[in-house]
Amino acid sequence: MSDRTSPFARDTTLHGDCDRRDAAWYIDKGVEWLLFLGGISAILFIIGIFAFITHEGMGFITTRFDAGEFFTTQYWTPSDEYDPEYGILAMLAGTASVTGLAMLTAIPFSLGAAIYIGEFAGERAREALKILVELLAAIPSVVWGFIGLSVMNPLLIALFDIPVGLNIVNAGILLGLMATPIMTSIAEDALKAVPDRYREAAEAMGATRWQVIYKVVLPAARNGLLGAVLLGVGRAFGETMVVLMATGHAINIPDSPFDAVRALTATIAAELGETTAGSDHWGALFTIGILLFVITFLINLSADLIVRGIRGK
Amino acid sequence: MVTQAPKIQVDNLTIRHGERVALRDVSLAIRPNEVFAIIGPANAGKSSFLKALNRMDLFTDKMEVAGRILFNGRDIRTLRNLYALRRRIGVVFPLPVGLPLTIYENVALGPKLAGVRERAELDAIVERCLRLAALWDEVKDRLNDYGSLLSGGQQQRLTIARALSQSPEVLILDEFSIAIDPITTMRIEDVLEQLRSELTIILASTSIQQARRLADRTAFFLDGRCIEIGDTEPLFEGGARDARTRRYLEGRFG
Repeated sequence: MSDRTSPFARDTTLHGDCDRRDAAWYIDKGVEWLLFLGGISAILFIIGIFAFITHEGMGFITTRFDAGEFFTTQYWTPSDEYDPEYGILAMLAGTASVTGLAMLTAIPFSLGAAIYIGEFAGERAREALKILVELLAAIPSVVWGFIGLSVMNPLLIALFDIPVGLNIVNAGILLGLMATPIMTSIAEDALKAVPDRYREAAEAMGATRWQVIYKVVLPAARNGLLGAVLLGVGRAFGETMVVLMATGHAINIPDSPFDAVRALTATIAAELGETTAGSDHWGALFTIGILLFVITFLINLSADLIVRGIRGK
Repeated sequence: MVTQAPKIQVDNLTIRHGERVALRDVSLAIRPNEVFAIIGPANAGKSSFLKALNRMDLFTDKMEVAGRILFNGRDIRTLRNLYALRRRIGVVFPLPVGLPLTIYENVALGPKLAGVRERAELDAIVERCLRLAALWDEVKDRLNDYGSLLSGGQQQRLTIARALSQSPEVLILDEFSIAIDPITTMRIEDVLEQLRSELTIILASTSIQQARRLADRTAFFLDGRCIEIGDTEPLFEGGARDARTRRYLEGRFG
């Protein structure tokens, strides 16, 4: 600092400072480590949870479990003292039918909302809608279940002249509405990722807005939209409270949308509390848990891969 | 003239971006306090070369650097504190990057990060660097405005002021005039003229006239190879040894 004639006069032959690790260098390394821990903690939790449910389910899987019975029979009588049966076919059908109807509800709503927000809405409408869609995502699932019991139930009875309104339609519509926000926001991200120059190039040819969307924007955003739908499937599939409250929770292979069903998730929620830890029943419920984990994992993984466009490798 | 130890010496530098080879076996030496220009068409490897000089490859995916780069005679891969090296090498990128900070903070950021705390000292650094970058008169009354509000040419001069804020020994400019108008370009070239006695300047340019105006020596890169290096004037006066250099300088391809 003393007698620098030029601001650039400095000792340019030494590298002392290039080898001296100052406080900033150590802080940088420390922070990197902390962030690394944060980053891998997700992996640790996933592995930990999977190890836990596998451990709890293993006792049942290695002794009583029979894949044929488990997946292809519909008799679930785990608390029968003499002849307990562990068939989840009815629950698989219940979960599948409710999830399917949920997607029928959610896809038009969410894609419509995403296209409107992304392509048609003005600045203010867009911001307002995005906030509202996010608010919809913040409604607790027990509140949806409550709506299922006290609003949808009487409404369905009155509309369709059925004795009870707790069924696939009830839970499916609610699940669809619940999955709509996440699907809307992922789908909107996908539309936003389509470069504006595509739209401009198509508009410059005289294409109408809908033609631009239908012919250019949607195909370009195809992977992202598919990913959005898959994430919605994962969301509906894993949801518990609504399906517990609104499906009727009856073990039954449905042959009409107005049949009551029972979902895999709801079974665990309803029964685990009354089960002796370590019993066959306990292990069977954890085996359902493993199944749910694996399916949800696969759905989310494929959604992720599709969103990233690593499809067809 | 006494031969000086090179400021930067590059031996057998090869750079890959994944499969693509950006630079093949380039060796050259840059002398202290010279203005060294690298010319050549797009994809000649100029930017990759500049990136390697302050080890920006560490942050660039799939960029692999083989060979040796000596800074003041020292292999930069063996430095224990890479960040200190970056403080000694200022970089100006092709597009002006006004950080989302005030004009003052844009220039004061580097010194602050390096530990300068005194307001008076920071004020002095900011004024000195903005004057060196020929921007002071235009912004002295609005130092607390955001840097991003400046015009493109002003932002590029702000970038230069920021690059100078840590009194670097080397200033690297990668196509600094690509996004600014000719008048601002001329102003920045004047700035570089004034800085040439203070530090070593390395610039890459697709404009051969810019290299001719500024550089003491010029290197011609083509397809990742350094075809020829020579004193700028003789090179441009038809003294190029390689036919490809001559053709490029005559504007017959590129």
